Amino acid sequence: MNNDQSSLIASIRKATATGIDRRGFLKLTGLLGGGFALAAMTPSVFAAAAEDAPLISDAQLNAFIRVTPEGKIVIYSANAEMGQGIKTALPMVIAEEMGASWSDVEVLQSPVNESLFGQQGAGGSTTVPRTWDQMRQMGASAREMFIGAGAIVMEVPREELTAANSRVTHDSGEFRTFAQLASLAAKQPVPDVATLEFKEREDYTIIGTAISGVDNKVIVTGGALFGIDTRVPDMLYAAYQKCPAIGGKVVGANIEEIKRLPGIVDAFIVKGNDNVMELLDGVAIVGTNTHAVFSAKQKLNVQWDESKASKDSWSKMAKDAEALRGKRGGEPVVKKGDVDTVFGNAQNTTVEAFYEYPFVAHFCMEPMNCTADYKKGSGGTKDTVELWIPTQGPARAFGPMKTMFGLEQDQVTINQMRLGGSFGRRIYSEYVCEVTEISKRVGKPVKLTWTREDDTRHDFYRVGGFQSVKAAVNKSGKLLAFENHHIGMRSDGKLVVGSGFTADEFPLQSIDNVRVTNTLFEIRTPCGPWRAPRSNTNAFVVQSFLDEVAHKAGRDYRDFLLEILGPSRWIEEGNIRAMHTGRAAGVIKLAAEKAGWGKKLPAGTGLGLAFFFSHAGHIAEVAEVEVDANKKLKVKRVTVAVDVGPVINFSGAVSQVQGAVIDGLSTMMMQKITMEGGRIQQSNFHDYPVLRMPSAPIVDVHFIQSDYRPTGLGEPALPPLAPAVGNAIFAASGQRVRKMPLSEEGYSI
Amino acid sequence: MPRYTLNINGADQTLDVEPDMPLLWALRDGLGLIGTKYGCGIAQCGACTVHVNGMAIRSCVTTVSSIAGQKVTTIEGLANGTQLHPLQQAWIDVDVAQCGYCQAGQIMSAAALLTTKPDPSDADIDAALAGNYCRCGTYLRIRSAIHKAANTKNALFYDAGRTQEQLA
Repeated sequence: MNNDQSSLIASIRKATATGIDRRGFLKLTGLLGGGFALAAMTPSVFAAAAEDAPLISDAQLNAFIRVTPEGKIVIYSANAEMGQGIKTALPMVIAEEMGASWSDVEVLQSPVNESLFGQQGAGGSTTVPRTWDQMRQMGASAREMFIGAGAIVMEVPREELTAANSRVTHDSGEFRTFAQLASLAAKQPVPDVATLEFKEREDYTIIGTAISGVDNKVIVTGGALFGIDTRVPDMLYAAYQKCPAIGGKVVGANIEEIKRLPGIVDAFIVKGNDNVMELLDGVAIVGTNTHAVFSAKQKLNVQWDESKASKDSWSKMAKDAEALRGKRGGEPVVKKGDVDTVFGNAQNTTVEAFYEYPFVAHFCMEPMNCTADYKKGSGGTKDTVELWIPTQGPARAFGPMKTMFGLEQDQVTINQMRLGGSFGRRIYSEYVCEVTEISKRVGKPVKLTWTREDDTRHDFYRVGGFQSVKAAVNKSGKLLAFENHHIGMRSDGKLVVGSGFTADEFPLQSIDNVRVTNTLFEIRTPCGPWRAPRSNTNAFVVQSFLDEVAHKAGRDYRDFLLEILGPSRWIEEGNIRAMHTGRAAGVIKLAAEKAGWGKKLPAGTGLGLAFFFSHAGHIAEVAEVEVDANKKLKVKRVTVAVDVGPVINFSGAVSQVQGAVIDGLSTMMMQKITMEGGRIQQSNFHDYPVLRMPSAPIVDVHFIQSDYRPTGLGEPALPPLAPAVGNAIFAASGQRVRKMPLSEEGYSI
Repeated sequence: MPRYTLNINGADQTLDVEPDMPLLWALRDGLGLIGTKYGCGIAQCGACTVHVNGMAIRSCVTTVSSIAGQKVTTIEGLANGTQLHPLQQAWIDVDVAQCGYCQAGQIMSAAALLTTKPDPSDADIDAALAGNYCRCGTYLRIRSAIHKAANTKNALFYDAGRTQEQLA
């Protein structure tokens, strides 16, 4: 122990014994908090962070935790918040292990620095499982450092101390608060991660409770949080017009006329790099306010060269797919056993069907936007850019900043902003490249806002597709064979994100005779992840079709599903991203029980069940639906059973499930993106509707809080919704639903 | 450029804007009142809802020139000083928001409803809020929060994070 620590200890003893408050104590000792890096964080990286002025005056326990002189425990949230609740849930884990009182916690968005905070993106419902150990380590190591400080100050063995309620308390009842111990705690040796012990579940006081989101007060009072709220001194506003046929090039535009319009500062043609994820050709309009640039954009006339642009046509895709109904695709991509023999056996019952689902948009409430302040270097200083990005992956912007603008990481400052919805959309960052180019050209900070029309027509869409499926059951109604001709999409010869039917799909791993073939249409329309990619369409096909098969076989769908699952086991031992059949059976049984599966219902009303495993979550849903003769639908209740392991924030978890159900219903009922001649045909809420409040069903959520590791909940509650509702419609009306959106089949809600 | 005066959140504000300037952009870009959100620009989504003389309107299609001299309340002006409006407090207690982007508009529509219907039914709420989209699907909690703020009796009520079963 060095002299510095000895005097610090003496000061703490004196101060806390004589009742001097924390603020006075700091003044008294004149000491500042030090800090230690944890785990993978190197001392040099930590030292760099410590240059951030506010950190130095407080006690920094590790990259994620500091304690202010007032006793506030500041916990950094390092990942993107888009409504999935991570900014509340992860700090809850830290606070739990640390022994902090939640009322003392203040959560701040961390700087973007992946060498300090680890991966800061969020997506694929991976953040909770990926950071669960890291968050617990951060909390537990801080706790151990506080206990170490408490042992020194109180002169007792550390084994006799516990940390809870933001205090270190001795068995005798004597205690010191975290605030009192913070400076000394920050100087304690960082425990070896391997020695850390985590709390038992039954001792949790924060994890598993319902905690209101940490940004809620700012949200309800209209404070600045979102990317679109960014305001920088001297900032200009921009709009950017790209070719309606995706990938078209600018030949010319009425630039001079646009420049003369009120509020317009500049307008110019931007030559892109033909990379849809970075910068496509377009015309930038820069002005003194958003209205000026949006209005000018409507007066813009651009001559486009569409020779290399998308020519995609949804009507052609649908026609070509229809011609493949009942046929097989190319070489099997999944093959097991002998489906032909099973289908050829006259003793068996064979069922065939053809399913269709459209392209859909992300349609985030906050349109794409970004603010950039590009500063040209002078007199030997380098160019710099500061970015305010609402993005799922802030560090992704470093790539194009280097390749397109020649900026190294130390020339780029990224501010992670809250996302007004994302659902997979804001993994891409072409709007970042667009605004950086515009700010560089005008030499001022610029906020680029896409119009809703831009947002709808320049998305990375959920891919549409078709599946021609066939299955056989034996005389006792047992599923023996399953075949799928998956008609999907490829781009530059590669399967696009969200398209595909692979060997890990249910029920391929549970039965002996399987064949999957593909036909892939080449497209140019950009596609990307959309809440539960692939699962959101494959669940609709498989869980609707298996219900058809069960019905033809005279089987109860719940029992039919449980029989396919078989004995309780991991499908792939040690792989949490693979299904556990026992967990699957557990949620199916629970959802059925809570929904009153098998109960007598009035005519025109039916129950539909669906199960799906995706993103490590096991989820079953039962929809109760009323249908009248005019196909007017009322979804009365959706009962959901969820096993994602222990729930971290009960409030957030219920919210994710309720939201996923309503999102799933909205999508299956009324949403469809079409394109002709490469042009997206929808533009705004009038032709791309979203479910409104009067149509929202009651969503009753039940958790099986199993002892497995916790997994994410942003996505997996969505896929089972469409088949559950479709199966309920069949139960109510005898009509099968094989095509989304249902509005095209005459249904309304 | 013409000059208009509006009373915004209790204070007179002078705006030098073109006659076609929507209130939305005058608030956001001109006055820095960014709580009112842009969602569609065609009065479809409700994210830009504010009050003009106590009535809920869509600020994206309401020009400044058309409401000169009138009284505008935005989400920033809903609280009484540091005392949150009961709806704002209920929104926090019920943990309504997911992404949160539409919620200012939802609250402003709800606040207008409560001035005319202080004890709203589910049907009243559905009718008054049907013009406010929530892409995250927080409708059930919006309904709950309005009931909570209004202290409604015998209404469908989901508290934060608890299922109906747990409340029973």
